[in-house]
Amino acid sequence: MDAPTTAVAVYDGNTLAGPLSEVFGVELMTAAGRCRSCGTTSQVATFRVYGPAPGFVGRCPHCEDVLLRLVRTPDALWLDFSGVSALRILIPTDSADEEQQP
Amino acid sequence: MDTTTTATHGASSGTRGTKGPPFLAASPSGGAAARTASASTLVLEVIGWPGHLAGQHVDVRLTAPDGYQAARSYSLAAPTDGDRIEITVQRVPDGEVSSYLADEARDGDVVEVRGPVGGWFVWKPEDSGPVLLVAGGSGVVPLMAMIRSRDGVSPAPFRLIYSVRTPQDRIYDHELRRRATQDGGLEVAFLYTRTVPDGETRSVGRITAEDLIAYGWPADVKPTCYVCGPTAFVETVSDLLVGLGHDPAMIKTERFGPSGP
Repeated sequence: MDAPTTAVAVYDGNTLAGPLSEVFGVELMTAAGRCRSCGTTSQVATFRVYGPAPGFVGRCPHCEDVLLRLVRTPDALWLDFSGVSALRILIPTDSADEEQQP
Repeated sequence: MDTTTTATHGASSGTRGTKGPPFLAASPSGGAAARTASASTLVLEVIGWPGHLAGQHVDVRLTAPDGYQAARSYSLAAPTDGDRIEITVQRVPDGEVSSYLADEARDGDVVEVRGPVGGWFVWKPEDSGPVLLVAGGSGVVPLMAMIRSRDGVSPAPFRLIYSVRTPQDRIYDHELRRRATQDGGLEVAFLYTRTVPDGETRSVGRITAEDLIAYGWPADVKPTCYVCGPTAFVETVSDLLVGLGHDPAMIKTERFGPSGP
């Protein structure tokens, strides 16, 4: 997949895996976010995503309200998660201790 | 969240802290191999590649001499193989990254790769249940990684339904035909939306519920369904699958934008 930079396109949350991995050490695609607007819980991978320029907007797959916005500048990543009232993140249980070692 | 490091990582910093994978230095190996008129496969040698699961992708970043950077996400097309990863690039009009990777990449060039990323649209060899793969156009790439990962490792029965415009647009044409006869438990069906090859009994047309019934699994078999392609294709197929009684929780989708097969 190679997103054209000039057109607004519809993607899904999978598109955000790279940008989010830049700052989060946990797998967020399988995390479940609750929409502040309609209360539905959806996995981040299933968010409807518009972008990529000037930034990504992730919308609820049920009510289409904005869940998150993500903008990357040369020296910062802006992340607005205000449309998500709660995020349930799966924590690996088996090798979690090993992975925490430097 | 790690707020103590800068957001951009040096190409050679292979250390992993609490944040995700850094960009790693990568070099094309063997040049791009044409798959169709518009799709090419490129092997990259990535120093320190940590391995990946079928269905995951990578971000490829190019840096111009003036410092301008462009990054795009590509699905990994093959299973983990040491430091070698394979991507298949569909050239898009004015695609600054895709045209470089498909046409200009040379051995010894240095690009940057971050990954693997994405832990949702993945298939693991220990998942032994039946699998339905539905691809539109270059959406076949991550599904091909699943088919290749399965070979000789998993007995999970796979069915692939692959919609393309014309016979010339079949990516992995020969390999899919070979695997359909050699890989036990793998069935492959091609659908054509514009031109059919000689001898094809199904007429041209976009994918329908009848296609999913004829070439997929009945819903009561409870297959895990992976659907990848242009947005409209993915929406259509997931709606059809739900209409046929498949559990929405068993349907995993990946959309990659507006272009249709």
